[in-house]
Amino acid sequence: MHDNTHAHGDGRTAEHAPQPYGLFIKVWAALMLLTCITVGASVNWPGAVGTAVAMAVTPVKASLVLLFFMHLKWEPPVFKIMFLTAVGLMAVFFGLSFFDYLYR
Amino acid sequence: MSDTTLAHGAHAPHKDYEGAKTGMWIFLFTELLLFGGLFLVYSVYRTLYTHDFHLAAGHLNVPLGVTNTFVLLTSSLTMVLSVTALQKGDRQSALNTLGWTLFLAGLFLVIKFFEWSAKIEHGLYPGSPVLKSLPAGEGLFYGLYFVMTGLHGFHVIVGMILLSVIAFQVKSGRVHQGDFVKLENAGLYWHLVDLVWIFLLPLFYLTN
Repeated sequence: MHDNTHAHGDGRTAEHAPQPYGLFIKVWAALMLLTCITVGASVNWPGAVGTAVAMAVTPVKASLVLLFFMHLKWEPPVFKIMFLTAVGLMAVFFGLSFFDYLYR
Repeated sequence: MSDTTLAHGAHAPHKDYEGAKTGMWIFLFTELLLFGGLFLVYSVYRTLYTHDFHLAAGHLNVPLGVTNTFVLLTSSLTMVLSVTALQKGDRQSALNTLGWTLFLAGLFLVIKFFEWSAKIEHGLYPGSPVLKSLPAGEGLFYGLYFVMTGLHGFHVIVGMILLSVIAFQVKSGRVHQGDFVKLENAGLYWHLVDLVWIFLLPLFYLTN
Protein backbone atom coordinates (compact mmCIF):
# COMPACT_ATOMS: atom_id res chain seq x y z
CA MET A 1 0.00 0.00 0.00
CA HIS A 2 2.77 2.45 0.80
CA ASP A 3 5.59 1.54 -1.52
CA ASN A 4 4.55 3.45 -4.60
CA THR A 5 4.40 6.92 -3.03
CA HIS A 6 7.74 7.05 -1.29
CA ALA A 7 8.79 10.26 -2.98
CA HIS A 8 9.60 11.80 0.41
CA GLY A 9 11.67 10.00 3.03
CA ASP A 10 13.03 6.52 2.67
CA GLY A 11 11.18 5.26 5.76
CA ARG A 12 14.43 4.62 7.63
CA THR A 13 14.69 7.91 9.47
CA ALA A 14 12.08 9.74 11.52
CA GLU A 15 12.94 12.99 9.76
CA HIS A 16 11.04 13.31 6.52
CA ALA A 17 10.26 16.11 4.10
CA PRO A 18 6.91 17.93 4.58
CA GLN A 19 4.01 16.60 2.54
CA PRO A 20 1.93 18.81 0.22
CA TYR A 21 -1.06 20.51 1.91
CA GLY A 22 -3.41 19.05 -0.73
CA LEU A 23 -2.75 15.49 0.42
CA PHE A 24 -4.05 16.24 3.92
CA ILE A 25 -7.10 18.05 2.54
CA LYS A 26 -7.92 14.95 0.46
CA VAL A 27 -7.54 12.71 3.53
CA TRP A 28 -9.84 15.07 5.47
CA ALA A 29 -12.44 14.92 2.66
CA ALA A 30 -12.27 11.12 2.75
CA LEU A 31 -12.78 11.15 6.54
CA MET A 32 -15.82 13.43 6.23
CA LEU A 33 -17.29 11.24 3.47
CA LEU A 34 -16.70 8.04 5.47
CA THR A 35 -18.42 9.65 8.47
CA CYS A 36 -21.44 10.49 6.27
CA ILE A 37 -21.52 6.88 5.01
CA THR A 38 -21.45 5.49 8.56
CA VAL A 39 -24.15 7.86 9.82
CA GLY A 40 -26.27 7.35 6.68
CA ALA A 41 -26.12 3.56 7.03
CA SER A 42 -26.98 3.73 10.73
CA VAL A 43 -29.99 6.03 10.15
CA ASN A 44 -31.35 4.22 7.08
CA TRP A 45 -30.66 0.64 8.12
CA PRO A 46 -30.58 0.63 11.93
CA GLY A 47 -29.54 -2.68 13.41
CA ALA A 48 -27.29 -5.28 11.81
CA VAL A 49 -26.50 -3.44 8.54
CA GLY A 50 -25.79 -0.11 10.25
CA THR A 51 -23.55 -1.80 12.82
CA ALA A 52 -21.73 -3.81 10.14
CA VAL A 53 -21.04 -0.65 8.10
CA ALA A 54 -19.78 1.15 11.23
CA MET A 55 -17.53 -1.79 12.12
CA ALA A 56 -16.09 -1.83 8.59
CA VAL A 57 -15.68 1.94 8.10
CA THR A 58 -14.43 3.03 11.56
CA PRO A 59 -11.09 1.15 11.37
CA VAL A 60 -10.55 2.66 7.89
CA LYS A 61 -11.07 6.17 9.34
CA ALA A 62 -8.70 5.39 12.21
CA SER A 63 -6.07 4.11 9.75
CA LEU A 64 -6.32 7.30 7.67
CA VAL A 65 -5.70 9.44 10.76
CA LEU A 66 -2.79 7.23 11.89
CA LEU A 67 -1.10 6.87 8.50
CA PHE A 68 -1.45 10.43 7.21
CA PHE A 69 -2.28 12.91 10.00
CA MET A 70 0.02 11.13 12.48
CA HIS A 71 2.67 10.58 9.76
CA LEU A 72 2.95 6.85 10.52
CA LYS A 73 3.14 6.15 6.77
CA TRP A 74 6.48 7.96 6.57
CA GLU A 75 7.97 6.79 9.88
CA PRO A 76 10.74 4.19 10.14
CA PRO A 77 9.61 0.56 10.63
CA VAL A 78 10.28 0.65 14.39
CA PHE A 79 7.34 3.07 14.88
CA LYS A 80 5.02 0.79 12.93
CA ILE A 81 6.20 -2.27 14.86
CA MET A 82 5.67 -0.48 18.19
CA PHE A 83 2.18 0.59 17.16
CA LEU A 84 1.17 -2.87 15.96
CA THR A 85 2.55 -4.35 19.21
CA ALA A 86 0.37 -2.02 21.31
CA VAL A 87 -2.71 -2.76 19.21
CA GLY A 88 -1.91 -6.49 19.24
CA LEU A 89 -1.65 -6.40 23.03
CA MET A 90 -5.09 -4.81 23.20
CA ALA A 91 -6.47 -7.46 20.85
CA VAL A 92 -5.16 -10.12 23.25
CA PHE A 93 -6.93 -8.40 26.18
CA PHE A 94 -10.17 -8.30 24.19
CA GLY A 95 -9.80 -11.89 22.98
CA LEU A 96 -9.13 -13.34 26.43
CA SER A 97 -11.91 -11.29 28.10
CA PHE A 98 -14.50 -12.35 25.56
CA PHE A 99 -13.35 -15.95 25.70
CA ASP A 100 -14.01 -15.78 29.43
CA TYR A 101 -17.37 -13.96 29.26
CA LEU A 102 -18.85 -15.95 26.39
CA TYR A 103 -17.78 -19.46 27.44
CA ARG A 104 -17.84 -19.39 31.24
CA MET B 1 32.90 21.62 39.11
CA SER B 2 33.68 22.67 35.59
CA ASP B 3 34.50 19.05 34.78
CA THR B 4 31.05 17.82 35.77
CA THR B 5 29.45 20.60 33.75
CA LEU B 6 31.38 19.49 30.73
CA ALA B 7 30.61 15.84 31.35
CA HIS B 8 26.90 16.69 31.34
CA GLY B 9 27.36 18.60 28.12
CA ALA B 10 25.69 21.71 29.49
CA HIS B 11 27.24 23.87 26.80
CA ALA B 12 26.17 21.72 23.88
CA PRO B 13 22.37 21.44 23.85
CA HIS B 14 21.52 17.92 22.85
CA LYS B 15 18.62 17.44 20.47
CA ASP B 16 17.22 14.04 19.65
CA TYR B 17 14.37 14.43 17.21
CA GLU B 18 13.67 10.73 16.76
CA GLY B 19 13.98 10.11 20.51
CA ALA B 20 11.48 12.89 21.29
CA LYS B 21 8.98 11.44 18.85
CA THR B 22 9.53 7.88 20.06
CA GLY B 23 8.83 9.03 23.62
CA MET B 24 5.59 10.69 22.51
CA TRP B 25 4.42 7.53 20.75
CA ILE B 26 5.17 5.41 23.83
CA PHE B 27 3.07 7.85 25.88
CA LEU B 28 0.30 7.55 23.30
CA PHE B 29 0.34 3.75 23.74
CA THR B 30 -0.40 4.21 27.45
CA GLU B 31 -3.31 6.43 26.40
CA LEU B 32 -4.43 3.75 23.97
CA LEU B 33 -4.49 1.18 26.77
CA LEU B 34 -6.28 3.62 29.11
CA PHE B 35 -9.12 4.12 26.63
CA GLY B 36 -8.76 0.50 25.47
CA GLY B 37 -9.68 -0.73 28.95
CA LEU B 38 -12.87 1.37 28.85
CA PHE B 39 -13.68 0.14 25.33
CA LEU B 40 -13.28 -3.41 26.65
CA VAL B 41 -15.71 -2.74 29.52
CA TYR B 42 -18.13 -1.22 27.00
CA SER B 43 -17.87 -4.23 24.64
CA VAL B 44 -18.43 -6.78 27.40
CA TYR B 45 -21.47 -4.96 28.83
CA ARG B 46 -22.89 -4.34 25.37
CA THR B 47 -22.66 -8.09 24.73
CA LEU B 48 -24.35 -8.86 28.05
CA TYR B 49 -27.03 -6.11 27.80
CA THR B 50 -27.47 -5.71 24.04
CA HIS B 51 -31.14 -4.69 24.20
CA ASP B 52 -30.69 -2.13 27.01
CA PHE B 53 -27.73 -0.55 25.22
CA HIS B 54 -29.77 -0.10 22.02
CA LEU B 55 -32.66 1.48 23.94
CA ALA B 56 -30.37 3.84 25.89
CA ALA B 57 -28.43 4.88 22.76
CA GLY B 58 -31.73 5.93 21.17
CA HIS B 59 -31.88 8.88 23.58
CA LEU B 60 -28.54 10.36 22.52
CA ASN B 61 -28.56 13.37 20.21
CA VAL B 62 -27.19 12.00 16.91
CA PRO B 63 -26.97 15.38 15.06
CA LEU B 64 -24.87 16.84 17.91
CA GLY B 65 -22.59 13.78 18.00
CA VAL B 66 -22.10 13.88 14.23
CA THR B 67 -21.51 17.66 14.24
CA ASN B 68 -18.84 17.20 16.87
CA THR B 69 -17.23 14.51 14.70
CA PHE B 70 -17.02 16.96 11.79
CA VAL B 71 -15.60 19.60 14.16
CA LEU B 72 -12.88 17.29 15.49
CA LEU B 73 -11.95 15.87 12.08
CA THR B 74 -11.55 19.42 10.77
CA SER B 75 -9.46 20.39 13.81
CA SER B 76 -7.22 17.41 13.06
CA LEU B 77 -6.80 18.73 9.50
CA THR B 78 -5.85 22.24 10.68
CA MET B 79 -3.45 20.63 13.18
CA VAL B 80 -1.56 18.63 10.54
CA LEU B 81 -1.55 21.68 8.24
CA SER B 82 0.04 23.68 11.07
CA VAL B 83 2.88 21.15 11.47
CA THR B 84 3.36 21.05 7.68
CA ALA B 85 3.42 24.87 7.46
CA LEU B 86 6.10 25.13 10.16
CA GLN B 87 8.12 22.38 8.44
CA LYS B 88 7.99 24.48 5.29
CA GLY B 89 9.09 27.54 7.28
CA ASP B 90 5.74 29.39 7.02
CA ARG B 91 5.37 30.48 10.65
CA GLN B 92 2.35 32.73 10.11
CA SER B 93 0.31 29.96 8.46
CA ALA B 94 1.39 27.57 11.22
CA LEU B 95 0.04 30.01 13.84
CA ASN B 96 -3.19 30.67 11.91
CA THR B 97 -4.02 26.98 11.51
CA LEU B 98 -3.09 26.38 15.15
CA GLY B 99 -5.57 29.14 16.06
CA TRP B 100 -8.26 27.38 14.04
CA THR B 101 -7.45 24.10 15.81
CA LEU B 102 -7.92 25.81 19.19
CA PHE B 103 -11.17 27.44 18.03
CA LEU B 104 -12.59 24.11 16.82
CA ALA B 105 -11.50 22.41 20.07
CA GLY B 106 -13.41 25.09 21.99
CA LEU B 107 -16.44 24.65 19.72
CA PHE B 108 -16.36 20.90 20.41
CA LEU B 109 -16.49 21.57 24.15
CA VAL B 110 -19.36 24.09 23.80
CA ILE B 111 -21.43 21.55 21.84
CA LYS B 112 -20.52 18.87 24.43
CA PHE B 113 -21.63 21.26 27.20
CA PHE B 114 -25.11 21.69 25.67
CA GLU B 115 -25.38 17.95 25.07
CA TRP B 116 -24.46 17.02 28.64
CA SER B 117 -26.69 19.78 30.05
CA ALA B 118 -29.70 18.38 28.19
CA LYS B 119 -28.97 14.87 29.52
CA ILE B 120 -28.56 16.12 33.09
CA GLU B 121 -31.78 18.18 32.81
CA HIS B 122 -33.62 14.98 31.87
CA GLY B 123 -32.24 13.41 35.03
CA LEU B 124 -29.71 11.29 33.14
CA TYR B 125 -26.49 11.52 35.13
CA PRO B 126 -24.49 8.89 37.01
CA GLY B 127 -26.31 7.80 40.15
CA SER B 128 -29.48 9.78 39.36
CA PRO B 129 -32.90 8.47 40.54
CA VAL B 130 -34.08 8.30 36.90
CA LEU B 131 -31.15 6.08 35.91
CA LYS B 132 -31.66 3.85 38.94
CA SER B 133 -35.27 3.25 37.88
CA LEU B 134 -34.17 2.14 34.39
CA PRO B 135 -32.99 -1.40 33.52
CA ALA B 136 -29.42 -2.16 34.66
CA GLY B 137 -28.00 -2.10 31.12
CA GLU B 138 -29.23 1.45 30.47
CA GLY B 139 -27.58 2.62 33.69
CA LEU B 140 -24.34 1.00 32.55
CA PHE B 141 -24.64 2.61 29.12
CA TYR B 142 -25.01 6.10 30.58
CA GLY B 143 -22.29 5.45 33.16
CA LEU B 144 -19.89 4.54 30.35
CA TYR B 145 -21.16 7.43 28.21
CA PHE B 146 -20.32 9.99 30.89
CA VAL B 147 -16.99 8.39 31.90
CA MET B 148 -15.73 7.89 28.34
CA THR B 149 -16.91 11.18 26.79
CA GLY B 150 -15.84 12.88 30.06
CA LEU B 151 -12.33 11.43 29.91
CA HIS B 152 -12.23 12.35 26.23
CA GLY B 153 -13.41 15.89 27.01
CA PHE B 154 -10.67 16.14 29.65
CA HIS B 155 -8.17 15.21 26.95
CA VAL B 156 -9.60 17.98 24.74
CA ILE B 157 -8.98 20.50 27.55
CA VAL B 158 -5.43 19.20 28.11
CA GLY B 159 -4.82 19.33 24.35
CA MET B 160 -6.01 22.96 24.23
CA ILE B 161 -3.61 23.94 27.03
CA LEU B 162 -0.76 22.09 25.32
CA LEU B 163 -1.48 23.67 21.93
CA SER B 164 -1.74 27.16 23.49
CA VAL B 165 1.68 26.78 25.14
CA ILE B 166 3.23 25.56 21.88
CA ALA B 167 1.54 28.39 19.96
CA PHE B 168 3.34 30.91 22.19
CA GLN B 169 6.62 29.09 21.61
CA VAL B 170 6.07 29.15 17.85
CA LYS B 171 5.25 32.85 18.08
CA SER B 172 8.37 33.60 20.13
CA GLY B 173 10.54 31.53 17.81
CA ARG B 174 11.52 28.87 20.35
CA VAL B 175 9.77 26.29 18.17
CA HIS B 176 10.74 26.83 14.54
CA GLN B 177 11.40 25.19 11.19
CA GLY B 178 14.68 23.67 12.39
CA ASP B 179 13.24 22.38 15.68
CA PHE B 180 9.54 21.65 15.41
CA VAL B 181 9.23 18.35 17.26
CA LYS B 182 7.25 19.95 20.11
CA LEU B 183 4.58 21.09 17.68
CA GLU B 184 4.62 17.71 15.96
CA ASN B 185 4.26 15.86 19.29
CA ALA B 186 1.43 18.15 20.41
CA GLY B 187 -0.15 17.35 17.05
CA LEU B 188 0.21 13.61 17.70
CA TYR B 189 -1.62 14.11 21.00
CA TRP B 190 -4.36 16.06 19.25
CA HIS B 191 -4.81 13.37 16.59
CA LEU B 192 -5.13 10.76 19.33
CA VAL B 193 -7.99 12.79 20.81
CA ASP B 194 -9.59 12.72 17.35
CA LEU B 195 -8.88 9.00 17.00
CA VAL B 196 -10.67 8.17 20.26
CA TRP B 197 -13.70 10.19 19.18
CA ILE B 198 -13.82 8.33 15.84
CA PHE B 199 -14.55 5.19 17.89
CA LEU B 200 -16.86 6.89 20.41
CA LEU B 201 -19.24 8.09 17.67
CA PRO B 202 -20.43 4.67 16.41
CA LEU B 203 -20.28 3.08 19.88
CA PHE B 204 -22.54 5.60 21.61
CA TYR B 205 -24.45 7.61 19.03
CA LEU B 206 -24.97 5.08 16.22
CA THR B 207 -25.87 2.03 18.33
CA ASN B 208 -29.58 2.68 17.98
